[in-house]
Amino acid sequence: MNDNEKPDPKTNRARRRLVVATSAVGAAAGLGAAAPFAASMWPSDRARAAGAPVDVDISRVAPGELAVFEWRGKPVWVLKRTPEMLASLKAVEPRLSDPLSKASEQPKYAQNEYRSAKPDTLVLVGVCTHLGCSPQEKPAEARAEMGADWLGGFYCPCHGSKFDFAGRVFKGSPAPTNLVVPPYTLVSEGKVVIGEDEKTKGA
Amino acid sequence: MAAAALHRLWQWFDSRMPTVAAEWRKHASEYYAPKNFNFWYFFGSLALLVLVIQIVSGIFLTMNYKPDASLAFGSVEYIMRDVPGGWIIRYIHSTGASAFFIVVYLHMFRALLYGSHREPRELVWIFGVLIYLTLMGEAFFGYLLPWGQMSYWGAQVIVNLFGTIPFIGPDLALWIRGDYVVSDATLNRFFALHVIAFPLVLLGLVVAHLLALHDVGSNNPDGVDAKKLKTPDGHYLDAIPFHPYYTVKDLAGAVVFLMIFCFVMFFVPEMGGYFLEYNNFIPADPLKTPPHIAPVWYFTPYYSILRAVPPLFHSQFPGVLAMGVAVLVFFFLPWLDRAPVRSIRYRGTLYKAWLAAFVIVFVILGYLGTEPTTVWGQFHFDAFFLDTKDIATWVARLCTIVYFLFFFLMPWYTARDKVKPVPERVVYH
Repeated sequence: MNDNEKPDPKTNRARRRLVVATSAVGAAAGLGAAAPFAASMWPSDRARAAGAPVDVDISRVAPGELAVFEWRGKPVWVLKRTPEMLASLKAVEPRLSDPLSKASEQPKYAQNEYRSAKPDTLVLVGVCTHLGCSPQEKPAEARAEMGADWLGGFYCPCHGSKFDFAGRVFKGSPAPTNLVVPPYTLVSEGKVVIGEDEKTKGA
Repeated sequence: MAAAALHRLWQWFDSRMPTVAAEWRKHASEYYAPKNFNFWYFFGSLALLVLVIQIVSGIFLTMNYKPDASLAFGSVEYIMRDVPGGWIIRYIHSTGASAFFIVVYLHMFRALLYGSHREPRELVWIFGVLIYLTLMGEAFFGYLLPWGQMSYWGAQVIVNLFGTIPFIGPDLALWIRGDYVVSDATLNRFFALHVIAFPLVLLGLVVAHLLALHDVGSNNPDGVDAKKLKTPDGHYLDAIPFHPYYTVKDLAGAVVFLMIFCFVMFFVPEMGGYFLEYNNFIPADPLKTPPHIAPVWYFTPYYSILRAVPPLFHSQFPGVLAMGVAVLVFFFLPWLDRAPVRSIRYRGTLYKAWLAAFVIVFVILGYLGTEPTTVWGQFHFDAFFLDTKDIATWVARLCTIVYFLFFFLMPWYTARDKVKPVPERVVYH
């Protein structure tokens, strides 16, 4: 451009508009190009299909015994509770943060004092509601380790959350809610379908 | 003859690509650094050395490693037992991971000592904190790869940290894992991120960190401008060229560092379970969390903070938030510090006391994070405010408060501190 040639302000404005418009379209194209990469990180169809319900046999689980089954890659516990275990649930209530399971996740038929469809048979997803570790069963006999007022329950080794024999969380634990009860159906004495109940069957 | 030929070859090269010589002058032979660097100035170049060690050993590990949930654990055992020299390459890489954090923590502490993060070096500091964050991600992805129990449950916990973010959390965690639980899909993508994505980002950030540093010049233990005074013939009074003076000094540091590194690698590669955790010699079992899990030592201060914060409103997010803030607060350090001097040599007792307290609580939090919360027993009395009786949890809470007060009260105590007069030039002549 010559020194005596002044830029025409009108042309300049038009050029700037073009630059802005082109950049905007380019940015949109860039976002569009990123979408398939981001989308590829969602669970694949194969992973999604792997969530079917499982049939488990609990006929050989003795009273007081905990059996672990796998459902959707997670541990699911079935605990046959003894009368002492059931009695402990009432005793620990004042020390629980959500004794009535109001803020916790469970099917309607498990939102009761035992958190189960049948009082002695407890079905729980064995995954801590804090950050996903699997808690361990600590019977009442583990008092030396768990404190003198321990009546039995579950203890998460990762961050020290404590739960009673209904999976209800004790105050002072980092876990915010009680352990999750999955949908399940007691088909017969000794057989449970985990991941399926009246409500999910329709779905 | 040969020397003359080499010289001609160099001239041929230099006349076609003079950038190489120019950059060498700019960043080494004519990069003037303060002449009073001390022990604390080893750790920058050592971090670079560890980065090289990690990249080289990592490349050779990928030649035999299999990023497949059913093969990964076995392929690491294969590297350890059957690949010629495989065990040494793996121990170089695992020792290097811990060495990286030791060196970086000392490098960051140097900034706190001498005010290296203060104006005009804020950008150098910000790139440094970004390097630290990237390094944490890199270490986390890498730790899943051996597919041991600690790998698995550590990843489970950390991915679930993102799951606690309100509203988007659960979907975000699902997206990171690529499955409903940590699985083969997670392992495969963590491998990709660990061996290519994050190393590239890391290298870019290291270049930015160095370029930003060389634009403003290095700080020094006195925190004064070493390039202010010149001799009548135009030489800096207090600064010397990086090469050969500091290249030689750093080489000596590297030799000592490598001696310690080799000792660890050959004699105590597991470092009593701190560098390689014992539970990670057990293959990952998605149905069984090991009896005691803890992250590797370099994450434990933050892990302690996470455990210390009780849940609020039936959400564990406050603990996660506290942990996130504990890391991200480092970004704001240059602006939180209001002292008129940079170096601790001329600061008053307030800053010295707070810095000492910070170091102590950082170490205590780090130790507690490696242990279960019952490590120091329980209180033997009852009180309405005792939501947990674990003594260690209460100590961790106290330390967490001190940790945050160090940062949040900094504008107040650094401005109020009685500072000493700063000398005109560096003290060591």
